[in-house]
Amino acid sequence: MIYREAGQFKSTYASDQAIFPILQDRAFVVLLMGAALAVPLVADEYWLQAILIPFLIYSLAALGLNLLTGYAGQLSLGTGGFMAVGAYSAFKITTAFPQINILAVFLASGFVAAAVGILFGIPSLRIKGFYLAVATLAAQFFLVWLFNKVAWFVNYASSGTITAPPRTVLGVMVTGPESTAQVRYLTALALAALFALVAKNLVRGRVGRSWMAIRDRDIAAEIIGVRPLRTKLLAFAVSSFYCGVAGAEFVFLYLGSAETLAFDITLSFLVLFMVIIGGLGSVLGSFLGAGFILLVPVFLTNAPHAVGLELPVALKKQLELMVFGALIIFFLIVEPQGLARLWQITKEKLRLWPFPH
Amino acid sequence: MKTRRCLIGLLIAALVGGPLAGAALAQAKEIFVPLLVYRTGPYAPSGIPIANGFVDYFSLVNERDGGVNGVRLAWEECETQYDTKQGVECYERLKGKGAGAAVVNPYSTGITYQLIPKAPVDKIPVFSMGYGMTAAADGRWFPWVFNFPTTYWSQASAVIRYIGQQEGGTDKLKGKKIAHIFHNSPYGKEANPTLEELARRLGFELTLLAVDHPGQEQKSTWLQIRRLNPDWIFMSGWGVMNQVAIKEAAAIGYKMDHFIGNWWSASDADVIPAGDGAKGYKGATFHAPGTNFKVHQDILKVLYDKNKGAGKRDAVGEVLYNRGIVNAMFTVEAVRTAMGKFGNKALTAEQIRWGYENLNLTDKRLEELGMKGFTHPVKVTCEDHEGNGPVLFEQWDGKKWSIVSEWVPPMREVVRPKLEAAAVDEGKKLGYTMRDCSKEK
Repeated sequence: MIYREAGQFKSTYASDQAIFPILQDRAFVVLLMGAALAVPLVADEYWLQAILIPFLIYSLAALGLNLLTGYAGQLSLGTGGFMAVGAYSAFKITTAFPQINILAVFLASGFVAAAVGILFGIPSLRIKGFYLAVATLAAQFFLVWLFNKVAWFVNYASSGTITAPPRTVLGVMVTGPESTAQVRYLTALALAALFALVAKNLVRGRVGRSWMAIRDRDIAAEIIGVRPLRTKLLAFAVSSFYCGVAGAEFVFLYLGSAETLAFDITLSFLVLFMVIIGGLGSVLGSFLGAGFILLVPVFLTNAPHAVGLELPVALKKQLELMVFGALIIFFLIVEPQGLARLWQITKEKLRLWPFPH
Repeated sequence: MKTRRCLIGLLIAALVGGPLAGAALAQAKEIFVPLLVYRTGPYAPSGIPIANGFVDYFSLVNERDGGVNGVRLAWEECETQYDTKQGVECYERLKGKGAGAAVVNPYSTGITYQLIPKAPVDKIPVFSMGYGMTAAADGRWFPWVFNFPTTYWSQASAVIRYIGQQEGGTDKLKGKKIAHIFHNSPYGKEANPTLEELARRLGFELTLLAVDHPGQEQKSTWLQIRRLNPDWIFMSGWGVMNQVAIKEAAAIGYKMDHFIGNWWSASDADVIPAGDGAKGYKGATFHAPGTNFKVHQDILKVLYDKNKGAGKRDAVGEVLYNRGIVNAMFTVEAVRTAMGKFGNKALTAEQIRWGYENLNLTDKRLEELGMKGFTHPVKVTCEDHEGNGPVLFEQWDGKKWSIVSEWVPPMREVVRPKLEAAAVDEGKKLGYTMRDCSKEK
């Protein structure tokens, strides 16, 4: 009744090709952005620091992996490694050149990660599917080992920890212990929104179509003129760029300081699960998946307390793991195509509501 | 259709309601201490006894004395699984509870590194007892961080002094081969700079061998040990890494009494899996093992006899359980010190920081607490947040740990200058300035 595009006529190509062709969708997105901007006014520090900032950063990383795995069909387990490249290169750049704007440093570290991503993407020309996953696993282990082994990456700190130095943008402290959670949240939000927009446009255009062609049948794609070398490496580069920026944010906006353990294989799996749960080949799915994987455990930890049930912490943690695991299986059985597909179904249902056939 | 609908409902409930739940208020008349524990995950065997010791001592103070000078202690545990990200989440969740956290014990060097920059901003002191960032022992740069009774660097120097004593004098160390096997993390690497410095000064040959997290795979490390055949091995391990290392050492027939673990590598859970092979293995500590102290009798009588204990009765007196007691005792005594100045009421975290900084735990006080000989007296000052405490050495005889040395003092003349230099480095990284201790009162 409300959600219906009847009467909305497209008279130009531009309006036909818009990201959100339906007025109600546009209104929803505007409302969502407004709400996201208003959050710092109402949310306390716990919400921002422990939930929303990591949510935005993980979403960005999941988006990066989704471009590679969901759109270009190249399975990767190297996300944690590429995020580490972003984090450590951001640290090196900003300590060597403190005068550079920290946002530029984030972008630069994304480019470093992209270069590394291309390097580790080369085997994808010969290896496919699960075998490629194993090859990218090598990237994961090698990169983390490298940052742990070579003291130059941590500026010879004896502990091997990198710490985000205080940096300002336009006079406002963005990183370091003195920066407020509100500012860091808004920075992460701006970057996530910007890169989501870029990703959405990438996948709607020539580049995204060639990725999907390669994903669906690479030989056919080659025959119709998509060059596998360029396409696959581009997918690796863009994906690693996203992961690199997310990695830099991970240390500079979220953790404040980090060791290589923060980027170990569990991080790669976590991001991969976000993509799978959220929906392969969907920009929205990356956000939904990140939200699911991050928020549900927090909910499960707090749920017994909220209903007045006081359990020992160890039991609570184990319950959380069990219920969370069961939920993942449940969702994968009920909707194997992820939460994004669920969202789509909801929208279709909404169009018919309240008079379904 | 129905499943989908309830699915969506569930999802929305989880996303919106998730973090809203859980905010409950502690009473304002209490001193609230968040406890970051790890009772699950790969490090649980070490985490459980510490957490139990901690909670039992707090319960004892509440039950036996009615709190600290009449102000009850309140605490809440939060499971971190020894994982930095979960630790930060816990800290953020608990720091504002009730009247606010009085002090935080991170119980992981990784989490400590996260919390050090936050401490002066949130105004919550960080007490990393014998772990964390060594450079933070310089209180002029890190007023909010305390790591007494002693640090990794002091410990490493005390271990070298002890090895020297066994060899018949530190001058005899020249040409000796000492290997350091360490957990490849900020924690494990802490001792390296001190060991390197001492190797230069004393002329022993130091080999650094890293073991990657979690440490189940050490074959290559022990192959190197076999080839090298070091005179002494020092280990900075944690969790499952310790058991594996001790088993491997026993398997290659290394002389166990020349194998010394640091204070996180010498607990009951580390040696028992290796069986008889672990006999003779030594470890550093800053408190005694066992239950031969009045405080343990009190705990058994007041808590365990009434089924109020946090753990199993048999586990009372384990090395790490006793460490939990020491940690809780230092916390309580710091609060008591602060009350001496600010009065017997629920104090702010800032006032408790003052208590930590002016803590002077004498032998006499330890005796009153029923801990005579249990741990060493400590005096914290504005400059020195480490207390420069000496180190004991204990040995495993196949059944229990027993003390085999006098208190071995660290080499302060070596450690302190390096520590002060490191504090300048680390402090500058965070944009701190040095405070003037003569102006503190």
